[in-house]
This record gives sequence, structure tokens and C-alpha cells, in this order.
Amino acid sequence: MRLVKPAVFAVALAPFLWLVFRGLTGRLSVNPIEDITLTTGIWALRWLLVTLAITPVRRLTGWQRIIQYRRMFGLFAFFYATLHLLTYVVLDQGLAFEFILPDIVKRPYITAGMTAFTLMVPLAVTSTKGWIRRLGRKWQLLHRLVYISAAAACLHFLWKVKVAIGEPVYYAAILGSLLAFRVLWRFRPNAGARSATARVSAS
Amino acid sequence: MLIVRRPDIRSSEITGEQLYVRRREFMRLAGGAALAAAAGPLAAACGADGLAAAGEGGTQMALAGIKPKVVTTDEKWNTFEEITSYNNFYEFGTGKDDPARYAGRLKTSPWKVKIDGHCAKPAEYLLEDLIKPFQLEERVYRLRCVEAWSMVIPWVGIPLSSILKRAEPTAKATFVEFTTLLRPSEMPGQNQGSLRWPYTEGLRMDEAMHPLTIMAVGLYGKTLMNQNGAPMRLVVPWKYGFKSIKSIVRIRFVDKMPTTAWSEATPSEYGFYSNVNPEVDHPRWTQARERRIGEFSRRPTLMFNGYGDQVASLYAGMDLKKYY
Repeated sequence: MRLVKPAVFAVALAPFLWLVFRGLTGRLSVNPIEDITLTTGIWALRWLLVTLAITPVRRLTGWQRIIQYRRMFGLFAFFYATLHLLTYVVLDQGLAFEFILPDIVKRPYITAGMTAFTLMVPLAVTSTKGWIRRLGRKWQLLHRLVYISAAAACLHFLWKVKVAIGEPVYYAAILGSLLAFRVLWRFRPNAGARSATARVSAS
Repeated sequence: MLIVRRPDIRSSEITGEQLYVRRREFMRLAGGAALAAAAGPLAAACGADGLAAAGEGGTQMALAGIKPKVVTTDEKWNTFEEITSYNNFYEFGTGKDDPARYAGRLKTSPWKVKIDGHCAKPAEYLLEDLIKPFQLEERVYRLRCVEAWSMVIPWVGIPLSSILKRAEPTAKATFVEFTTLLRPSEMPGQNQGSLRWPYTEGLRMDEAMHPLTIMAVGLYGKTLMNQNGAPMRLVVPWKYGFKSIKSIVRIRFVDKMPTTAWSEATPSEYGFYSNVNPEVDHPRWTQARERRIGEFSRRPTLMFNGYGDQVASLYAGMDLKKYY
């Protein structure tokens, strides 16, 4: 098991390394800034959804130790989201804040993206053991912001594409199921009687 | 000689050879047309070298007798690789690399084009017959995509007005409607529900007859690649790229403003006119700046994509915020 964590770390970092490799070896498209934007954005969303999938997987399989990877996935989501934002601000817009600030206010998809990112900041900051101890019960409460962040991220994706088909819809559907699982789990029959670790059928 | 062979161009310089299977067939057809043209009186009238063909599968067909730089710009041209690897052509998928990847299997020969509607001489043409009577021209145009990127592209084509006049449109013809091929078996994107298929576009009659509007059949002196809208596509340089409809099979003279694919999909975002206009934003993003492919920083977008001197008069007195 000692090797699992480094392996998970390597997997989560791989899309970034692959992007760097493609960039250095001329394997990006003729619009490389767009490639970097899309790649970092999609992986931010993917790791965010993986983070949100940990609890359902744990509940359904009873595999308790999976929880120890949740923080890493969450921080990787934040890592890719930060790269995504920096790509937009620095590479794409060239730090032209006279364009960036109106964009954030006027363009719903950018407003949603900024919302998703901003909400991740306090979660990343308070992800350390010290903060978890210090915040106690409030930590749980605070970290529910991740639901809003993920919803905003899905909206950001949906609103960006020219016609809403395929990918953004799938991602929104995955988020929808992950959130629906939580609601169903809370209101499952015998919710009080059975322990949270009990195996349940997939129904 | 009509057939121009260019064996010096290796297929590897251009793209995968599977894309060129169709060219063999086209060549056979173009060759047949060449013989017919050489034999008939048409040959003298049309200069004969409208369409030309190059070698067997793997080489691109060179077009002969192109009048160079009829319209050009001192800006740097985008490379052939840039123009043919980064495309919006939803018939082959919504990714920028989907057209280059999947368009190869589209058969563009034989290619028939129907011209009908309000005109005295409706007809169906084989592509080579439609193009043959006219002088091919090189037109180096800026292309501005509605997604805020742009390129400079050396098209080869003929003024659309030449084709339209040949059909003798009547006074009732106030708009022209264009239709792309519908062939889901070779256009995988048409099996997705992204847009209404077949793709249609339209121009007002005066826009269609404007000397800048061309029907392109080539790029960099050779026939069009499928991902760029082979074998024949519209190019309207002062409008956003999606107006320049690709792989056209029908041209119809109509008396009402035709519905167009994008304005039907999202009427609030894509209007009929869709003139490049830095002052009218797309509802979801700004149109004030663009990224020229190959450049790092964004550059300001020009009114009518820089063709205002030639086309602004078409829209005199019109509220371009309303008629976006």
C-alpha cells in the first residue's frame, strides 16, 4: 500500500507532464494557448469530480482507506484550475486587465469559472491537518463549498461551448449523479439503523 | 496541357495518404473533363486550364492558370499546415483536429452542384463544368472566426457573381441560399445533434454579387483539402468564418431571407449578417480582439475584418447592433 500514494500522485500529474512534453516537442496544435487552456481546464474538472466520487465509492464498496487519497485529488484539481486561470490571464489575455475584469463581470461563463476557482482557494488552504484540527466541525461545513465549485465549473464548461452537446453535458451528468447519490444516501431506507459503512446494493 | 503533374511534392509534406484516396477518382473525372474541354469549342472560350489534376493518390492536385494575387495583403500568410490542421467543420466533429482526422473519407468526386430557385437557367452541373468557363484567381484574404481567432489564407477561386450570373437570376431573387452536402456515412458529425443538417447559409443578393465574395476551389495553388471544404466552398472575407459554407451542393435563389444553420441553432448569438464587428460582442465573449494563428498576443479586430472600404456601403443606414 505504501506505493499506492506515489502512484496516484504520478497518475494525477501525468496530464500536466504530457502537456509539457507536447509543448516542448511541438506536438500542440497551431493554437497552443487554446490547447493549454482546454487541457488544464478539463483536468481540473476531472480531478474535482474524482474528488467528489470518493465518498460514494467508499459508501458503496466499504473501502474505507480510499478516503486518504481525497485530499490529493482535491489539491490536484486546484493545481490544474490554477494553471487554467493563469493560462487565461497571462498567456491568453496577456495580463490585459482592461479586458479581463469586464470579462469576469459580463461573461457568464467566465463568471462561473472564476466562482469555481475562487471557492476552491479556501478549500485548498484549509486542507492541511492543522486546519482540519483547528476548524473541527466547521471544516466539514466549509468544505461543502466544493459542491458549488463543481456546479460552477460544469456551468463554465457548458456555457463556453458553441452548441451544448457531448462532453460538457456528460460532465454535468456525472456531477449530477454524484450529488444525487448523496441525497439518496441520506434518505435511504433504514438510514438511521444501518451504519454508514454498511454495504448496500447499487440500487 | 491541362494535367499538371507535381511529383516533387511528397505526400508526407501534406498529410496522411488515406486522405487522398478520393483524389484518384477526382483526377479521373477531371481528366475526362479535360479531354472534353480540349475537344470542344468551350476549350478556347474558357482558357481550359480551370481545373487540373495531379498524380495518383498521395499527391495534391495543382491548379493551373491561376491569375496571381488578384486580391492580397502584405500580412504574413498562414502556413498550409496551420490552415489544414485547425478547422471548424462540424460535419466531421466539433474538435479543431476532427476535420483533418476524419474528412479524408469524404468522396468529392463526382461532385454535382444544383443551381435553382428564381433564375432563368436552373441547372445541375458537375463541379468541373461549373468552374471551367472562368478564370481562377488567387485571393489572399483574412479569415476571422467567430471564436476570435484568425488566419491569412491564399485561396484560389472565382467570383461568386460569375457563377450566379450564369444562372440568370430573376428580379425575385433577393437572397441566395447555400447547402452543404448531407452524407452522414462519410460525415460522422452529421450523426450528432450539434446542428441541423444539412448545413445551410445565405447571403443577400448584393452581398453574393460583391466582387470580394468568391467560390473557392483551391488553397496555396492546389485543390482544397476536404477539411477546408473541398471541393468547393464559399469565402466571404468580411463575415465570420461560419458564413463561408463548405462542400456546397446547392445554390438556390430565394425571395426571403433564408434560415442559416447557426442562427437556427442559437438565434440570440448568431444572426443572418454576421459581419465581423469589434463593437458587437458575441453574447458570451468579446469580439474586440482576436488571436492570429501563429502569433502570441491578441490583436485588435477590424471592422468588417478590414474590408470596410469595399463593403461598408452595403450596410449604409443599417443598425449593425440589431442586424448582427
